[in-house]
Amino acid sequence: MDLLTAILLTILIPSFGMLSNLVLRDQPNLRDSMTLVLALITFAIVLVILSVNGNDISGQFTLFEILPGLSIAFHVEPLGLMFAIIASGLWILTHLYGIGYMRGNAEDNHARFFASFAIAIGSVMGIAFASNMFTLFLFYEILTISTYPLVAHKGTPEAIKGARTYLGILIGTSIGFQLVAIIWTWTLTGTLDFTRGGIMEGKVGATMATILLALYAFGIGKAALMPFHRWLPAAMVAPTPVSALLHAVAVVKAGVFTMLKVGVYLFGIEFLSKTGASEWLMWLAAFSIIAASVVAITKDNLKARLAYSTISQLSYITLGMALATSLGVLGGGLQIAMHAVGKITLFMCAGSIYVATHKTNISQMTGLGRAMPITFAAFFVGALSIIGLPPLGGSWSKFLLMAGAADTGQWIMIGVLMASSLLNVAYLLPLVAKGFFLKGDELYTTRAESPFLVWFPPALTAFGCLLLFFYAGAIQAFLAPIVVIP
Amino acid sequence: MASEAITYATMTWQEQLPVLQVLVPFVAAPLLVTIGHKGLAWPLTMLASAISLIVSALLLAQVIDGSVISYRLGGWAPPLGIEYRVDAANAFVLFLVSAIATLVLAYARASVAAEIPREKHTLFYTAFLLCLTGLLGVTITGDAFNVFVFLEISSLSTYVLIAEGAHRDKRALTAAYDYLIMGTIGATFFVIGIGFLYMATGTLNIADLAERLSTQTDSRTVRAGFAFVVVGIGLKVAIYPLHLWLPRAYTFAPSVVSVFLAATATKVAIYVLLRFMFTVFKPAFLFELQTLEFIILPFAVIAMFAASFIAIFQSDFKRLLAYSSIAQIGYMLLGIAFLSSTGLTATIVHLFNHGITKAALFMAVGAYALRAGGSFMDNIAGAGRTMPWTSAAVVIAGLSLIGVPGTAGFISKWVLVQAALEKGWWPVAILIVASSLLAVIYVWKVIEALYLAKPLEGGATREAPLSMVIPTWIAALASIWFGFSTGVTLEAAEAAANGLMNGVR
Repeated sequence: MDLLTAILLTILIPSFGMLSNLVLRDQPNLRDSMTLVLALITFAIVLVILSVNGNDISGQFTLFEILPGLSIAFHVEPLGLMFAIIASGLWILTHLYGIGYMRGNAEDNHARFFASFAIAIGSVMGIAFASNMFTLFLFYEILTISTYPLVAHKGTPEAIKGARTYLGILIGTSIGFQLVAIIWTWTLTGTLDFTRGGIMEGKVGATMATILLALYAFGIGKAALMPFHRWLPAAMVAPTPVSALLHAVAVVKAGVFTMLKVGVYLFGIEFLSKTGASEWLMWLAAFSIIAASVVAITKDNLKARLAYSTISQLSYITLGMALATSLGVLGGGLQIAMHAVGKITLFMCAGSIYVATHKTNISQMTGLGRAMPITFAAFFVGALSIIGLPPLGGSWSKFLLMAGAADTGQWIMIGVLMASSLLNVAYLLPLVAKGFFLKGDELYTTRAESPFLVWFPPALTAFGCLLLFFYAGAIQAFLAPIVVIP
Repeated sequence: MASEAITYATMTWQEQLPVLQVLVPFVAAPLLVTIGHKGLAWPLTMLASAISLIVSALLLAQVIDGSVISYRLGGWAPPLGIEYRVDAANAFVLFLVSAIATLVLAYARASVAAEIPREKHTLFYTAFLLCLTGLLGVTITGDAFNVFVFLEISSLSTYVLIAEGAHRDKRALTAAYDYLIMGTIGATFFVIGIGFLYMATGTLNIADLAERLSTQTDSRTVRAGFAFVVVGIGLKVAIYPLHLWLPRAYTFAPSVVSVFLAATATKVAIYVLLRFMFTVFKPAFLFELQTLEFIILPFAVIAMFAASFIAIFQSDFKRLLAYSSIAQIGYMLLGIAFLSSTGLTATIVHLFNHGITKAALFMAVGAYALRAGGSFMDNIAGAGRTMPWTSAAVVIAGLSLIGVPGTAGFISKWVLVQAALEKGWWPVAILIVASSLLAVIYVWKVIEALYLAKPLEGGATREAPLSMVIPTWIAALASIWFGFSTGVTLEAAEAAANGLMNGVR
């Protein structure tokens, strides 16, 4: 199996999951097992790609050319490979969790739900392996459209409204800004290929680079940079498995992944640091980090709080790119992995609480930890990782980002990152403390955990947060080639 | 003259292709009436249309390299005799028109059977064939007056076709009447324009006109001729604000007619406009430059926004699509107004891409009309479940209408934005993408109705017949296919645009 076939399989197998779900719509057990098998195969193929390719960046495979210089092409590079591993690996867990959640909650339209889910994963694979901006954009849009039915899933007026906001902002920014930026880049440089060191050098001036970067930064709406972040809280009307995988991992990570790709492979960090084109972006990201954390504190709805937390955490990655230094970029890359595992744990815990008790607000969850110890313990671990405390994975990405800030002499940014960690403590830990130590109106004396398929996946990802602390060095070494200019 | 006659006698059938293109449907039309057998009406029409599709494909293959075929009708040498001239630009349009006609006819049988009384079928297909003849004739002819003649043939048959919608909704009669008045004014303006040009040059052959005009100094007669021709054709194109006939005509015509007109009639009119603006007159003609920059460009932009905006508020899917067509015509005019090779490529490629996309959408409308009794949002509510195939085709074609990457609509938009940036008109580029966001809104309104709304009483209960679903899907898949494989479309469009820009003819 050559690499191109393998890459195509990672895109096509999940997409095939759409068909199998629709065809087997009336046989739930067969249908869901089929999807599980497809998820396992996809993950296995991604691992094969990893073992064959390692962190080599050299290869590029053109599928076909649409216009001269504009092709559907793929490559394997460390950042994308890491993203593919995370998304396909967590898909397996989320699928199990999703089965438990959808059945436990007696939601409707399972087949449509899992079908959309599968095609979304396929497009994430396309994003991860895209070797030029056009291919990436193609899958970026497919991802937006395929996740729309998931957000609108419940079909209530509220869900439809949320889905409209979701689609409106994501399609609006991507066509209104990103597409313009892409065509403009193509007109200026004649290529859209992701190239180490960037393609702008010598072809684009400093002012022009700033404008282009702005079009990209706001055009990549999935990165939820303020003021285009509203879609993320709006998308929380979706069932929790969607919020967990798509809005903590796949969709938002596709956004910041694109942001890193643009910064590293289109502009080039040398070019950004030389022209200072990204300085404003750094400040905006810092603002997003703090402002979203402050908003998060005010939210009583658990999923809304987590959504704002995500907005804040995503801006860490944008900040890492905007620092325009290799440590910052690596920190951003690492943050993609760490935040994914941490945040999916938190979302799955929120879903677990909902399945067991149908409670959505933090104020109702006082004392609940006694009834659901595993869920709350997993939440605690995930929260610590998001905050960035050792011995959990999240501590390393924060560490690298701070080192990157120190590297460029941006002392204020170090302050921002520290302040954000404190804010994280303020909005994540009260739930755990209330859950375990306070007594609420209801007294919980007996164990009342959610079904196995609902509490087990978050317990597993919480354990993952712990593991990542020890493997962070390996991931960093794996990612290192992306900032080395040949 | 004697030697001419000898060469004429030994012409092979390949050399007769240009005249066969028009002659086949033209002869088939009266044949239907003479035979008068209702069961034969559809098969014969289908046969004639399929033959003209094959002919057009053969013609396109001959001229795609940039060569030109000149055919003398009846052996009379131009400029006195009528000349048929085929180059990349019109071969492309001929192919589009006959391909859509064939596709529509495959779809028509079930839809016509449901919408038009049986005793009218023969006459309906006759009118359809005449309309096809007219559109092909307008496109292929190299004679300005002949353009007028064929334009009238297609228009008169179109009025009849639209009025056939009266069996479902009497308002089709007033819609047809409106179009009759507007269309006749347009045709009259056009013929007056031709008259002025004849006065100034003494010729009616397009190539000859071009040559004589290029050596003439600017005169008031020529300007008046230009203005009359542009306004006359503008009515047919439905350039904003000459579009008023279009929404009613498309809405009340029988479904089959809407598909055919939306995908071909305005496209042919755009082609005629291109022919007059770039072949007969040259862009160097100062008056034309000003017309393009100060009239066509602003109106194109207004159409893109105003018509899209109106489309958002329509409660009838069919009418929504009609307004969307006006907006899309704006894109094509914009490409012309850029006055560059890339701009013209965008116009021509969008002409094709939009043709297939709109064909798919209007075909779906016909399917809803058949199964759900209409295409209002209330009729189609929840049809995503009861008519899954038709509705999925609407989603695909709808994405192409928006211009999502991976669809034909994206290719057009890409080339168009590129043409704007090439000129340094970046505000126009931003307007182009901004207006496609309006398309997102009106397309999504339909998708929400299809998939999220609760079905009402009397909505669709089952999928449309296969004879309708398959052509719809062919058009929908074509709008994906041409989003990836741009070899044929873009190559032909570029050849056509270069031919027009260099004034090869």
